[in-house]
Amino acid sequence: MSRSVLLSAAVLLAVLIAAPLAGSSHIELGRAFAGVSPDHEIFFYARLPRVILALLGGAALSVTGVLFQCMLRDPLAEPYTLGVSSGASVGAVIAICLGWRATGLASLVGAALVLLMVLGMAVEGRRLSSFTLLLTGVTMNSMAFAVILFLHNLASFSQSFAISRWLMGGLEAVEYSTLAWLAVVVVGVSAMVMAWAPHWNLLAVGDDWAASRGVSTVRLTAMGYIAGSVLTGLVTSLTGPIGFVGLIVPHALRLKLGADHRVLLPCAFLLGGAFLVVCDTLSRTVIAPTEIPVGVLTALCGGPFFLWLLKSRRRSLWL
Amino acid sequence: MTFIAKQLGFAYGLHEASFEFPRNGLITIAGPNGAGKSTLLGILAGLRSPYHGSCVFAGKELRQWPKREFARRVAFLPQSVRMEFPFTVEEVVLMGRTPYASGWFQTAEDRSASEEAMTTTDTLAFRGRDFRTLSGGEAQRVILASALTQRPEALLLDEPATHLDLRHQLSLHRLLGELSKSLLVVAVTHDLNLALRFSDRVMVLEDGRIAGDGMPADVLNPALIARVFGVQATVHGSWMTYEA
Repeated sequence: MSRSVLLSAAVLLAVLIAAPLAGSSHIELGRAFAGVSPDHEIFFYARLPRVILALLGGAALSVTGVLFQCMLRDPLAEPYTLGVSSGASVGAVIAICLGWRATGLASLVGAALVLLMVLGMAVEGRRLSSFTLLLTGVTMNSMAFAVILFLHNLASFSQSFAISRWLMGGLEAVEYSTLAWLAVVVVGVSAMVMAWAPHWNLLAVGDDWAASRGVSTVRLTAMGYIAGSVLTGLVTSLTGPIGFVGLIVPHALRLKLGADHRVLLPCAFLLGGAFLVVCDTLSRTVIAPTEIPVGVLTALCGGPFFLWLLKSRRRSLWL
Repeated sequence: MTFIAKQLGFAYGLHEASFEFPRNGLITIAGPNGAGKSTLLGILAGLRSPYHGSCVFAGKELRQWPKREFARRVAFLPQSVRMEFPFTVEEVVLMGRTPYASGWFQTAEDRSASEEAMTTTDTLAFRGRDFRTLSGGEAQRVILASALTQRPEALLLDEPATHLDLRHQLSLHRLLGELSKSLLVVAVTHDLNLALRFSDRVMVLEDGRIAGDGMPADVLNPALIARVFGVQATVHGSWMTYEA
């Protein structure tokens, strides 16, 4: 069990060392640390912040994917199922249409509003069912999509381009101060989620199953929803929606490691981070200097790999 | 006494039921569809609230029991478990130890309790298998093993024999009979013959009320069966046949 976690950490470490060195212009680590231009600038201001953002984003989306699939007992659930990221998108699109520069802040507000609305709808008295969460979240997604289409229709040509770019998702170098608070939240919330790993195992089987073994299911479900939404909302506000990571990483890990959340959650954090770093590195190197949207690469790299995993495991009656 | 219910009711399914359950023995709850059997069992398991009236377990009203503490004394077996994720049999069994867990890792006691439960239910042979690959009968025994690791004083089962073939129905009821020497076993069932043969007491529900409660041979008489279930029963010694 701890072997898989250590192995995942080793993979992530290797990826983290290799990724900032790869790129369209060749740089050397020694020169970067010695402060020699332009290696120093390329390493510390162009590549490293982007690698860290990819690491935190991939980790947050994968942990949320594991969490939502478990809570909803739905293998097709992903971080975007429960509506928060579409709230973030609406916020960003409104900001673009109104010409505000603080797109990130607006999408954060959008995400928070949707979080509160879904919670307000789904909680009745002291009850909270994952089924109501699912229905409310899916409805929010449709409504947000309609709002985006409407605004897109009204937008000017350049705004329309900015909207499409945002909705494609992508990683850009951000300030270290932004990365620092993102790291605090992502690591903190993920650690809190992992602390409850044994209880997630029971909730993944069923509400009554967990409740009859002493788990406070309502509190746990509410915590999972809020934790996942905070992770997804924050990351989406910085990167836009990046598909596939939160769906495929949890499934690939379950196929290899089983369903125990004490292994699954730490490995999802580490390997989800590594996966997005690899995809982002490819996105900026494969046809450099043109960048491929990272969402395209997560689907192109993750899809075939996942299909291969699925096929190699078919003998053991997985589906 | 374990459970003492007075005018127990629920928003739907159960109107009024008063009864006392002893410390041990096998009690069967029977009745037609929609009579309130599963609702009653759910209330006893602490899963259906708020209920009307009063239901006391070991001297304390159910709604006042802390969940964790209650789960160390009362175990509940759902009719079936729809498993979406690849948990192994052993992981499923060990989940029963949750009310005793103090942290992230299993203790030696957790492991010995689960080995014991798997031995009792004859599931040790497939401890490493994916739960979803089990047959209905195997899955039922694994769920029972998981409940036994809770080391309960009362075991509540919702139609435990539904997915079992004849041989496994008999062996499950023999096992329940064995267990009921030292703890209270309450099982909801549709099979009146199994109830007649294995239980110490039968409670028949009709429209959310108790229609009969007592020794199986006394309660399950042709008159009551005709009134509650609407079929003509003929008793042959300790066996019954029905006709519409």
